[in-house]
Amino acid sequence: MGADAQMHIYLPIAEMSVNIFLVLGMGAGVGVMSGIFGVGGGFLMTPLLIFLGVPAPVAVGTGANQIIASSVSGVLAHWRRGNVDLMMGLMLLAGGVVGSTLGVFVFKFLQTLGQIDLVIKLSYVIFLGIIGGLMMAESLRSLLRSRKKSGSRMHRKLHQHNWMHGLPLKFRFRKSKLYISLLLPIGIGFLVGILTAIMGVGGGFVMVPAMIYLLGMPTNVVVGTSLFQIIFVSANATFFQATLNQTVDVVLALLLLIGGVIGAQFGTKIGAKLKGEQLRSLLAVIVLLVCGKLLFDLVITPDDLYSIVAVGDKAGPP
Amino acid sequence: MIAILTRPTFPFRLSWPRCILGLLMLMPITLSADEPLVADLDSHLVAITAGFTGEELLLFGTMQGDGEIVVVVHGPKQDIVARRKDRVVGVWMNTDSVEFKGVPSFYSVATTARSGLDLPPSALRRHQIGLENIRLQTDQILSPEDYELFASSVLRNKVAIGLFSPDAGVVERRGRQLFRASVLIPTNVPVGTYTVETLLVRDGQVAAAQTTPLFVNKEGFGAQVYRTAQIQPALYGLIAIFIAGFAGLAANWIFQKL
Repeated sequence: MGADAQMHIYLPIAEMSVNIFLVLGMGAGVGVMSGIFGVGGGFLMTPLLIFLGVPAPVAVGTGANQIIASSVSGVLAHWRRGNVDLMMGLMLLAGGVVGSTLGVFVFKFLQTLGQIDLVIKLSYVIFLGIIGGLMMAESLRSLLRSRKKSGSRMHRKLHQHNWMHGLPLKFRFRKSKLYISLLLPIGIGFLVGILTAIMGVGGGFVMVPAMIYLLGMPTNVVVGTSLFQIIFVSANATFFQATLNQTVDVVLALLLLIGGVIGAQFGTKIGAKLKGEQLRSLLAVIVLLVCGKLLFDLVITPDDLYSIVAVGDKAGPP
Repeated sequence: MIAILTRPTFPFRLSWPRCILGLLMLMPITLSADEPLVADLDSHLVAITAGFTGEELLLFGTMQGDGEIVVVVHGPKQDIVARRKDRVVGVWMNTDSVEFKGVPSFYSVATTARSGLDLPPSALRRHQIGLENIRLQTDQILSPEDYELFASSVLRNKVAIGLFSPDAGVVERRGRQLFRASVLIPTNVPVGTYTVETLLVRDGQVAAAQTTPLFVNKEGFGAQVYRTAQIQPALYGLIAIFIAGFAGLAANWIFQKL
């Protein structure tokens, strides 16, 4: 009893007691992933917290908070290597701040309708499905291509000129070697900002592919720039989740980020040993697995068709 | 010497008839008429601290004469929305909902009776003895079938998360007069004022009742976190951001040194 009591900690906002080592372990596990793949890991953390029994709204609010830590830690490393396009980051941020603020209001509205859990899970299924699928297809294609040993640079091919290059307010982004409209990064930032608030993710897993495939940014500046703007967007989401919904559990966030930052360091080392295609196909598999599990839960008949929630209570049923 | 000699003589100054009369007058007042039932908890405060893993309280008391003891614990009242899922385009989503007013957030019952209580259904309902007698009221107009489905879902879900105890617990008897029961407060209870109602059931009615309050509060660091989040959400949000940002900086600095 004594030892058992010491291993547990009461989460004041989630209003439940969890095993400290389980949460630290989860943080470390997701940290390793984010270290390997260069994403915040929020898209894995939030569903994991929901599986653990943390109410979905609290998982989302706390996820946003925890992402700040991993992004700050990550962006500093990229900054030293000169991999942050400040101007691009600021444009993404401008859209992101508006988007994530709007997202929190949408979140609150859906919460009163009783549909927030469904929307969180559906957004995950849709986005994880699309991104996992695209990444899988892309990495399979490049694996096949690398076998054929073609020397051509396939990356440039993806950066074709289309309608997006006809938009006004063009600006030269030096680090990204791009001459595009300011509206593009602002728009992408806005959409990803909404996701950040609703899904409790930094949006790295949406932002990174969008920057590579939609904007055509060089891969080396993508991760650093995405992390840079995620810090501020998730800080904004944290602030509004705390003020409007009271769903940020700092105790839980602290436990997660302790595990997370340690895990991320090991992850970075593992990641350095793996090849790019292997990395991306591995990440695609993980993303698709999480997506499949969430979709499965939505489609199979639940054990109990009825659920209850106390009125004025932030904690919805898991 | 004088004191020792004089003290034992004190009762003898009263005449025996007067003494017995006095006792007879006292007894019915203190034991059967005024206090046929006395019960209390070993502690009236449950503090939810960082290491809180639930608490077991002791309820003890005495009763006069025959009868069965029933202990009913109610948590603070809350309004509860029960939602029903339906399959919409292949996905299960919440569709209908019913709001129940003033539902106890926590409920448990215990009794000395081994085989049912000798009480009419109206008394069971009045004192909300047993899960099926918990009052679930709603302003919404529902068909009896729907009411039954939604009301039973509230009970089922509350039992599933451990806030309603499905079966009556045991109140142990010690001899003819003493009784004791343990009141279990699980880890996920809401804070607020609980009531512990002890009933003495005799001859098909509630012969005596006593209500004892129980306060469940968050205390220590966790309480401060919770209170700050509720009262000063903006400050709380800023602190949360600062902690996370600082942790990121610290992690980066530490691992650079390693």
